[in-house]
Amino acid sequence: MNFEEYAAKPILAAAGIAVPESILARDSDAAMKAAETLGLVVVKAQVPTGKRGKAGGIQLAKTPDEARAHAETILGMTIATHVVEKVLVEQCSDIAREFYAAVLNDPISKGPMVMFSTEGGMDIEEIAVETPEKLRKAAVDIREGFDLAAARALVDGLALDGAEEGVAETLVKLYAAYTANDAELLEINPLVLTGEGQVIALDCKFSLDDSGIKRQQEIAPNGTPDKLTGLEQRGEDLGIKYIELDGDVAVLANGAGLTMTTMDVVRHHGGDPANFCEIGGEAYTKATDGLKMVLDKPGVKSLVVNFCGAFARCDVMMDGILNAWDELKPDIPVFFSIAGTGDQVAIEMLKERMGLDPLPNMDAACKAAVDAAKGGA
Amino acid sequence: MRIVRREHRVLVQGITGKQGTFWTERMQEYGTNVVGGVNPKKAGTEHCSVPVFGSAKEAMEAGGFDATVMFIPPLGVKAAALDAIEAGAKTIVCLTEHIPVQDVMYFMAAAREAGTAIIGPNTAGTATVGECFLGFMPAFNERIFKKGSVGVISRSGSLATLMCQNIVSAGFGQTAFLGIGGDPILGTTTRDALEALDAFEGTEAVVMVGEIGGSMEEDAAEYAATMDKPVVSFIAGGAAPPGKKMGHAGAIVMGDKGTYASKKKALEAAGVNVLATPSHVGDALKEAFGALKQAS
Repeated sequence: MNFEEYAAKPILAAAGIAVPESILARDSDAAMKAAETLGLVVVKAQVPTGKRGKAGGIQLAKTPDEARAHAETILGMTIATHVVEKVLVEQCSDIAREFYAAVLNDPISKGPMVMFSTEGGMDIEEIAVETPEKLRKAAVDIREGFDLAAARALVDGLALDGAEEGVAETLVKLYAAYTANDAELLEINPLVLTGEGQVIALDCKFSLDDSGIKRQQEIAPNGTPDKLTGLEQRGEDLGIKYIELDGDVAVLANGAGLTMTTMDVVRHHGGDPANFCEIGGEAYTKATDGLKMVLDKPGVKSLVVNFCGAFARCDVMMDGILNAWDELKPDIPVFFSIAGTGDQVAIEMLKERMGLDPLPNMDAACKAAVDAAKGGA
Repeated sequence: MRIVRREHRVLVQGITGKQGTFWTERMQEYGTNVVGGVNPKKAGTEHCSVPVFGSAKEAMEAGGFDATVMFIPPLGVKAAALDAIEAGAKTIVCLTEHIPVQDVMYFMAAAREAGTAIIGPNTAGTATVGECFLGFMPAFNERIFKKGSVGVISRSGSLATLMCQNIVSAGFGQTAFLGIGGDPILGTTTRDALEALDAFEGTEAVVMVGEIGGSMEEDAAEYAATMDKPVVSFIAGGAAPPGKKMGHAGAIVMGDKGTYASKKKALEAAGVNVLATPSHVGDALKEAFGALKQAS
């Protein structure tokens, strides 16, 4: 889960990293009042995406009236599909140098990675391509942590105009905040050296590991969950992974890999999947809810049910499907492919209660569903 | 990593839970050499006809074990894994999904130092056909697993089950299945699994089931290029929209990284036959074995 700047910076501040004073505003009057308190300010759009500056979402305001005018322009603006509903009014900083600092989960070293570059202010992807020699990286053994000696070693030999120690201390605090908050990414860009020689964080990107949410209950409510459609939200509430797509062939399968593959095979036979809906793993007892969800998407013309039981038992899933079918009595062609744990019992149940046989394999089931969707158009 | 065999002694951490019990019974029926279980609250009792210990360390002192399989909820895995590593486990099969990533990184660092192989997290486990299985693959289902000469690797258990059924119905069978897991950070990578199966006795071909996200398939392609045995692959997620986690935390396309196209290209350049759908695996294996016969 991503945190917007206004929600991410308090995490840095709690770890002892200096951040400029700021006030969150939801309308232009509040932005003006904030500027009256703070003086020379920057008005910054709060959206869970980068490139706010390029989109015109970050503006300098010399007076409270200017702050109000900028807030009026920025609020309601759309940046990468996100409508701006809040601005952060932040005290202006006297910028001498801009650096980049981050800690993230690295799948290659299978541990945390601390990164620092003297070239801040642009995207890390650009930094990595344009000035790779200036990007310093340290793979960390998470059992040992990242101390001041390690931070000093990371920035050793870089000319930081006297900010060496301040930067090293900031990196140690950043790492501490990363572990304390189950971050998968904690990034300061830019990390600024001010004219007065202070090291402060001008922006912050924080992404919380979704699997860590359970034990991060204090901060979790401040995050910005992914924008979900009504059906996707229903899935989330039920504990079923559901992603809404544009097609008309509904897909219900168990396990992420099998569900993705069912979508692929529907596409392979010239159809368009209407959804990703997975009732595998712990959710395999939720077939009734799953079926109701996939059928509730408007415009669905056929359904393919693809079960391959391992942990998830086909008989349990089939019972859920048949219960939902009896209840809803949907008028939609449905095609089954069934294999794995509990498959024989599931096939008998299908025959007995719906009078149907499964198709010989998933290709056949997907193709039949695609043909039925086209025939019904 | 090494592939678990019939003679290896297996510990089940979390043996007394509902899933732990159900799958321990299946594993025992199949031939897995389960020598004990762990549940600190039920230490000293017996469950599934084997002793329950207070910790993996106690199990090691009492009679020892080689591999452990964990039926443990997400926030308990770190402690259970560290217990097993400190006890001297050679292999840990970590089935649990949704473990905080920093916990995973922690016990993986400890495992690396101790020389313990981790399989998973978020895997359906492993099966050595005709010998034993660890986790919840239906090794006992004869329409899905049959002794043969094909090694199988998959990030997904459900998709592997389908692939294995297709392999058997085409008249082939398997030597071993290695489920490596759907998480972004994994103990055993696709490449590690490919190397292990390449060296595993009786294996004449490998079916490698991958999915979008990360760069493990590209990395494995480098090794596949050096192999004499044919490799057949299917990559799931070609129809998935970018930027969305497709059920597995690791199955996400970011920009041009982790795409279906990138993986297919790398694999085909390494001489791997990349299948359009899983139903084509039988024909692909017939072709591969036919070519081998002609060459010999």
